[in-house]
Amino acid sequence: MAPILFHLFAFLTVAAAVGVVANKNAVNAAMCLLLCLVGVAGLFVQLDAYLLAFLLLLVYAGAIVALFLFIIMLLDMQGRPAWGFQKLATLASLVALGLLLAGLGSFVARGQLEAPNPNATEGVGAALKPYAYQLFTTYLLPVQVMGFLLLIAMLGVIVLSRKVDRPEDTP
Amino acid sequence: MIDFWSNLHPVVQGLLKGLAVILVIFPLAGACSLAERKISAWMQRRPGPNRAIVPWFAYVPFLGRFLQRLGVFHLIADGAKFLFKEEPMPGHVNKLYYVLAPALAMMPAFATVTVVPFGAYFNAAGDAVPLMLANVDVGLLAVFAVSSLGVYSLILAGWASNSKYPFLGGIRASAQLISYELSLTLSVVPVFLWINAPGTPGTMSLAKVVEFQSLPGFWGGTWFLFLMPLSAFIFLVALFAETNRLPFDMAESEADLVGGFHTEYGAFKWSLFFVAEYSNMLVGSGVFALLFLGGWNPLPWLPLADFVGWLHHLTGAAWTIHPLFVGLLSIAIFLGKVLGLIFVFMWVRWTVPRFRYDQIMKLGWQKLLPLAIANLIFYALAIALIQQSAS
Repeated sequence: MAPILFHLFAFLTVAAAVGVVANKNAVNAAMCLLLCLVGVAGLFVQLDAYLLAFLLLLVYAGAIVALFLFIIMLLDMQGRPAWGFQKLATLASLVALGLLLAGLGSFVARGQLEAPNPNATEGVGAALKPYAYQLFTTYLLPVQVMGFLLLIAMLGVIVLSRKVDRPEDTP
Repeated sequence: MIDFWSNLHPVVQGLLKGLAVILVIFPLAGACSLAERKISAWMQRRPGPNRAIVPWFAYVPFLGRFLQRLGVFHLIADGAKFLFKEEPMPGHVNKLYYVLAPALAMMPAFATVTVVPFGAYFNAAGDAVPLMLANVDVGLLAVFAVSSLGVYSLILAGWASNSKYPFLGGIRASAQLISYELSLTLSVVPVFLWINAPGTPGTMSLAKVVEFQSLPGFWGGTWFLFLMPLSAFIFLVALFAETNRLPFDMAESEADLVGGFHTEYGAFKWSLFFVAEYSNMLVGSGVFALLFLGGWNPLPWLPLADFVGWLHHLTGAAWTIHPLFVGLLSIAIFLGKVLGLIFVFMWVRWTVPRFRYDQIMKLGWQKLLPLAIANLIFYALAIALIQQSAS
């Protein structure tokens, strides 16, 4: 049962990821992204990482992709010609492809993956406390830095989108 | 019978159990739509649906006329109508997403049921065993995660319809659902801070929450509604917004958007949206009952175990402690609470007028969210102090 499910979710994830890049319609691409995230969540469930799977669904699939769709619908990207490949984007994709191939190559060269020992790993399954403990001790600084970055981004959006008060705007 | 059941493949068992629950939820959601019409009618002092009747049933003395006036046959009539009605497909829609949206509405609504316990029985050792489809530790998180996918049905329905009013409805729905999800999630954190006492393995299980509300003693038997009234209030308000019920009926708002996101839908597809809305309400009410109303415990400070023991003592009959009876009794108590909450949903609908859109956003972000955060901080401090002094 488990191998079939793994192949199913792996195929779903990869196919949907290709769909995100290849689709010209922005709504289709966003829906492919959603499928891709659901596939990754399914893979997490098979790794017994239930908490991670459901957090992925809750935060990314439930909120962030919904916001993507919201923005796509607001901007109404329909009927606008898709942008072609630009030079910088092509270069960046090639670099990314090279890195991906290098990573795959290193795995192939090693011949096998060491399976992590589930008993030694903290926070397997749905146990919340190990996660929380790690977040508030070992990884406290990265969490704070991430939070600060998000705060900066939010402040930036507020500053950029603030309307300049003009006398004729006020009723 | 038991042998036959346990010999089945686990996947088949799971499918059958899931099917059984769906067979309960689907008609229940349909019955809720009838109840909605009937309760609305009673609140407005009109008879409501009272005409449809099966041929010759009127000759059954008393019962026939009574059921006709109660309108129960309208349920069958409506269902049959939706099934056999012609399904129009407007020419200007995006066909894939137009068909996908109602199905997407149903899926999260039914998928969340798998992790919601709906009853309990006592095994030979006297421990309560919750009745649920999948007893997973993530419990409530799974409910939130899966139900958050329900927003796509509204967005896609609004977008695929390719016309003005559904589009506005879809936009409103996506903004509203995301805004209130924050308050909804934050409001239940105190409950889980309370049940995850130091030294216990962390859990988000809903069955565990009920277990904590059935402990002996004054504080043990207190429903979390009394312990954390503000949490319960914020959760209920956010639940109204998440299920798109009035006064948060922005996605639909018949008054200014015709029908909102489902303006272009008809026949069975439309009824799927309807059933999904009621299924969401049922699951939401179920979660509220489990978190704040003691789940399957009949009364505050009267856990199910005591109640069953009392029944057994009173009647002296052996069947009162049979697991089957206890299971059915607990399901009945739980369903009673859920249906009571459904009534509250309909009651509020005719009591509180619909908000304006800017009022909804202001309420969500400027009132409910700070309140939920303050509530969380207060309970975090209080629980830390209580548990420190207890140890």
